[in-house]
Amino acid sequence: MSTEATAAPTDANPAFYLAEEPHHPEGSSTALGFWMYLMSDCLIFACLFATFAVLGGSYAGGPGPKDLFDLPLVALNTAMLLFSSITYGFAMLATEKGKVGATQGWLAVTGLFGLAFLSIELYEFAHLIHEGATPQRSAFLSSFFTLVGTHGLHVTFGTIWLVTLMVQVGKHGLIPANKRRLMCLSMFWHFLDVIWIGVFTFVYLMGMLR
Amino acid sequence: MSDSYTLAKIIFGRLTWESFPIHEPILIGTFIMVLIGGVGVVGAITKYKLWGYLWTEWFTTVDHKRIGIMYMILGLIMFLRGFADAIMMRLQQAMAFNGSEGYLNAHHYDQVFTAHGVIMIFFVAMPMVTGLMNYIVPLQIGARDVSFPFLNNFSFWMTTSGAVTVMMSLFVGEFARTGWLAYPPLSGIAYSPDVGVDYYIWALQIAGIGTLLSGVNLVATIVKMRAPGMTMMKMPIFTWTSLCTNVLIVAAFPVLTAVLALLSLDRYAGTAFFTNDFGGNAMMYVNLIWIWGHPEVYILILPAFGIFSEITSTFSGKRLFGYTSMVYATVVITILSYVVWLHHFFTMGSGASVNSFFGITTMVISIPTGAKIFNWLFTMYRGRIRFELPMMWTIAFMLTFTVGGMTGVLLAVPPADFVLHNSLFLIAHFHNVIIGGVLFGLFAGINYWWPKAFGFKLDTVWGKRSFWLWAVGFWLAFMPLYILGLMGVTRRMRVFDDPSLQIWFVIAALGAFMIAAGIACMLMQFYVSIRDREKLRDTTGDPWDGRTLEWATSSPPPDYNFAFTPVIHDGDAWSDMKKRGYQRPLDGFRSIHMPSNTGTGVILAGLSTAFSVGMIWYMWWLAGLSFVGILAVAIGHTFNYKRDFHIPVEDVVRTEGERTKLLATQG
Repeated sequence: MSTEATAAPTDANPAFYLAEEPHHPEGSSTALGFWMYLMSDCLIFACLFATFAVLGGSYAGGPGPKDLFDLPLVALNTAMLLFSSITYGFAMLATEKGKVGATQGWLAVTGLFGLAFLSIELYEFAHLIHEGATPQRSAFLSSFFTLVGTHGLHVTFGTIWLVTLMVQVGKHGLIPANKRRLMCLSMFWHFLDVIWIGVFTFVYLMGMLR
Repeated sequence: MSDSYTLAKIIFGRLTWESFPIHEPILIGTFIMVLIGGVGVVGAITKYKLWGYLWTEWFTTVDHKRIGIMYMILGLIMFLRGFADAIMMRLQQAMAFNGSEGYLNAHHYDQVFTAHGVIMIFFVAMPMVTGLMNYIVPLQIGARDVSFPFLNNFSFWMTTSGAVTVMMSLFVGEFARTGWLAYPPLSGIAYSPDVGVDYYIWALQIAGIGTLLSGVNLVATIVKMRAPGMTMMKMPIFTWTSLCTNVLIVAAFPVLTAVLALLSLDRYAGTAFFTNDFGGNAMMYVNLIWIWGHPEVYILILPAFGIFSEITSTFSGKRLFGYTSMVYATVVITILSYVVWLHHFFTMGSGASVNSFFGITTMVISIPTGAKIFNWLFTMYRGRIRFELPMMWTIAFMLTFTVGGMTGVLLAVPPADFVLHNSLFLIAHFHNVIIGGVLFGLFAGINYWWPKAFGFKLDTVWGKRSFWLWAVGFWLAFMPLYILGLMGVTRRMRVFDDPSLQIWFVIAALGAFMIAAGIACMLMQFYVSIRDREKLRDTTGDPWDGRTLEWATSSPPPDYNFAFTPVIHDGDAWSDMKKRGYQRPLDGFRSIHMPSNTGTGVILAGLSTAFSVGMIWYMWWLAGLSFVGILAVAIGHTFNYKRDFHIPVEDVVRTEGERTKLLATQG
């Protein structure tokens, strides 16, 4: 701490308090707190991955990954999400430079990529359900829909949050509170990207090898 | 006719007149009692015009001390409910012999044992442990509040929302009849089509969010908000155990959330995670819920270990023996608590190697725990022990907990577990450690820190009565269960055939009644102490000759805790300050930056309760509306950027001046 104590402290009688209020910058714990939240969220995904690992082969006489997955479509979807992470990175760069318009612009592009991802995912789900591969059909499909759907739900809430932040940045500019929020959403968004890479690998690619 | 029927179905979902248990005289009696009590309380609050005060000073508060006290009150109220369930079970089991059916039918009895477990763990032990951590940790580390004060308020109300949901099930519909962990396939929709399991799921989900967020909050607080000079190895031991507990919360509760979400999907969407058909696997649920459940046990006991450490050191007038080993023991227990979950179901049949691994890891936990016991004993050795109430509870704990720990090691041996699994021996074991460890720890903590929170000590006469009734009552109530368990009696039985068993159940019931008297004495102790508060008043802020920072400030502490941020030079910071002639500063006060109160937490928790009700009763419109409401209020809250204020310097000067006067009268 940079503040000094009142009386000159000595070894026998050291200072026991700070005369000046130590400066805790507001929100100094936010990054740590949000990081911990992300790790707890990561554990939820860990449980869903574990469930998929255990139940992923239980087709109950129903269709398996090879009958269902359309890898080119999933690859396209993956590209949407990866692009959205890059554009979020550009938004953060614009934030660092203090450019409100550019920040909002890149956030909008990120949101559009997110929506594209969600649309493709919903199309995929609708297609599967149409073919009779519903979440109720087998434990494999239950765990597939839950894992992928939970990720999709996260992207949905991330998009709502992103729109909220665009409004708040427009209203108050890039004040420290908003910068902090943008950083939290940034961590959230990239985190979802990492989870998706796990989904793509373990569910789709390795599913095709099963 | 059918049109109005469908309309009613849309509005009320599954809720019909039959949902109200008017055919259960016990429930009607309880309901009338609760109604009279509730009307009395609400009437009194209205008569004395306290609603405004309660709302602005308590419900919307972000002050960690007030939130801590509210957690303790919640825990105490739920404790009375949980104990009522306990004594009902003891009575039933003591009566249901020789062809008697007892007085509880199976439908009711199964709800009682489920509710007892759920309430005691989630809505008694958890709120009380969280309450103490909330109150004490920021004071011990010299902070003004927690890292996220609003989140703290929100967490409390989410826990309360869960408790309200459980209580609602008593009078509207029913509670789960599955046992406290709701194993599928019994808890699946095929075998439990009623609302009971849904009450269970939503109460725990909502309360779980609160617990998780308060865990994040306290970890951030301990890591980021410590006073200058307080390195990790200078933290008070209670803060250390709180840190480990909250790390466990953050790392365990998401698993509960996930597994309950999967169970809800099975029940609501017809998925096949834990079903008997379509490839489901019920043991997946059992594994997941114990991956949460075993760390949960340590979430409860670690803070109790911290409380006992503080008390042993204070009342022996000595520095804690083996501080460093105590810290390492705590951390080792934290880690090991993650690799033992399978010992809850050795009988699953996972094979000798797997069972051996989990049996050994379980036994290994007794090593750091044993180290702790020896540290406490060596702290007492050659100390000037003062046998005040907190110390008495601590010694009772050491005796009781050691026995409970040893029966735990017996159960950790897989072949022995195959015999004792699900028997009353297990029930006796975990009550032995949870009552003898967690509950005795909470009582020790309440007696120890009460003067800090309220400015007067607790009455010792009623306190000692309560202590002896509890200590003796506990042994009387649970030793027979060990014996019955060894004779092969399994848990959750409602009636018995073998008349030779009855005497043990009668003894256990006597023990339960002694405990009931102990609880009555404890309530009496609170009442008498509040009545005689002037006589019991402590003006020093340090009634026990304490050693850690919370005793450096006044009792109760001012809103801002410390007028100046303390600087720490030694592990027992306050002890060190007293030894080196610390002078309390009398001038140079500054205005203090504090967070503002907000009603958002109450509103969000209220909406969450409405959401739970909608989901439980299939009132989809209510669930949908309240969910949209939750989103809207949460987003609306983020548009409020002015969340703090400054306590003006005049207020600080006045508060501190009053304390100076008070200390002067002390002499």
